[in-house]
Amino acid sequence: MSLEEAGFSVLGTTAVLFEAPGPMTLAAQRRIWALAREAETWLEVREAVPGMNNLMLSLKQPPRRLEALQERLRAAWAAAEPLELEGRVIELPVVYGGAGGPHMADVAAHTGFGLDEIVERHSAPLYPVYALGSHPGYCYLGGMDPRIATPRRKVPVLSIPGGAVSIGGAQTGVSASAGPSGWNTIGSTDMGFFDPMRDPPALLQPGDSIRFRVERVIR
Amino acid sequence: MIEILSSSALATVQDLGREGGLRWGVGTSGAMDPLALAAGNLLLGNEESAAAIEIPVFPFRVRFAEDCAFAVAGADCAATLDTRPLMPWSTYEARAGQVLSLGVPQGGAWRAARAYLCLAGGVDVPVVLNSRSTQLRGAFGGLDGRALRKGDTLRAGTPGRATRATGIGLVPPALVLPLQRDGCAAMRVLPAAEYEGYTAASREAFWSTPWKVTPQSDRYGYRLAGVALEPIAAMEMRSHGIVPGVIQVPPGGQPIVQMRDAQPSGGYPKLGTVIEADLWRLGQAPIGSQVRFIRATWDEAVAALAEVRAWLDESGRLLDLHQGLRQAS
Repeated sequence: MSLEEAGFSVLGTTAVLFEAPGPMTLAAQRRIWALAREAETWLEVREAVPGMNNLMLSLKQPPRRLEALQERLRAAWAAAEPLELEGRVIELPVVYGGAGGPHMADVAAHTGFGLDEIVERHSAPLYPVYALGSHPGYCYLGGMDPRIATPRRKVPVLSIPGGAVSIGGAQTGVSASAGPSGWNTIGSTDMGFFDPMRDPPALLQPGDSIRFRVERVIR
Repeated sequence: MIEILSSSALATVQDLGREGGLRWGVGTSGAMDPLALAAGNLLLGNEESAAAIEIPVFPFRVRFAEDCAFAVAGADCAATLDTRPLMPWSTYEARAGQVLSLGVPQGGAWRAARAYLCLAGGVDVPVVLNSRSTQLRGAFGGLDGRALRKGDTLRAGTPGRATRATGIGLVPPALVLPLQRDGCAAMRVLPAAEYEGYTAASREAFWSTPWKVTPQSDRYGYRLAGVALEPIAAMEMRSHGIVPGVIQVPPGGQPIVQMRDAQPSGGYPKLGTVIEADLWRLGQAPIGSQVRFIRATWDEAVAALAEVRAWLDESGRLLDLHQGLRQAS
């Protein structure tokens, strides 16, 4: 994807992906939130799903003219003003390393940092929730220190437990339930992120923020 | 009411899937072979989207605690009602106390992996977030959000005598809408955003060589084995929405096709997407079998979806016609 030009691609016949140009920022994400609000009012759109500086549209049926949808998205993006969402701050106590952080050594090997430096850099920021995805209640977070970025694993792990704190590329997050993952798990926490009987069912929404508090570091 | 007699796990309650939860990270779930589920329901006069039991491990047995009409669609698994052999893709009436047994799927031109047991009125479990499908990752939907176990009981929406004629069947879509390459089940694919990021040799191999369905294939995804697919340069993506059918390629080079329990978002590069109209073919591909991918154009993919819809409409029309003739006679 060019840094100057927005990306547009198809995911089969009933979903399209729009990717914002430029570096990943909260400002761009606020425009993605605005674009989602706009696109979900379009007749052919089943659901507008923000990702990390991108937006997937799930469609009720294949668009008759793909170019028309692409053009409409580009125009709406150009017109999108940042949407300021006021959210809550949730603090999560994290045990870093040990059995709950099996890939800490891989992050250390990739970044060249020691355990304490990784923990310090990971727990310093206030992480805004950019989007939900992956599995029920899971939050994609912005704001990770790029110096601890670590590529996704060559082969995904078949199951990591709920509460796993992990790094995938330049992103970090907390799994809300056990399941497969390609990310590097560096710690664990304990929090219920999703209840299907609640309205809304997810604990956190875009605009909320997470702070990781160091509860313990296991060497 | 039916009682599950088999301890073989992995059978789940599924309907056509859950919509509207992607923004909370809730994937679609739903039948791996939506055509079989919809056709089984049509046979019983149910809504196409009624819930049924998806069975991927055999043998599988249930006892009917009351009279109930049912249909078995999908894999041809030598079903018997007590000792009576049954035809696949057909409706029958069970009497209270009778046992339905599904055996290992039959070979032949098209050996499928999953059978669907549809009940009159659909399997009656609570609707959670717009669907009765089991959401295994979130542990909700279906029966208590989990796979079925021996001793579980499920209610049919409208048990009792069949409202539809019994003993009639449909010709399965694998025969009506066949798609194979060199003797392998084939699926049409639309290239996705990172397609051009793979070497020409890898792209060529993707279309021209068979892909083995590995044992690490399930409702979440089909992990395929074949030629290692190599990117021109390493790609690290931002997480974005994905749908069932998306073919991700982790850095190991072996593709994973996202299936119905797939995460609704991901970050591995995407080579293509198995088109919606053909995803049932992959959902029915047994572990150990080989599949092939066929490059489709946008128009072909859209036409294929219309063809699937037309098959279901025609099936419904024929069943209505048969019903009308039976009532008139």
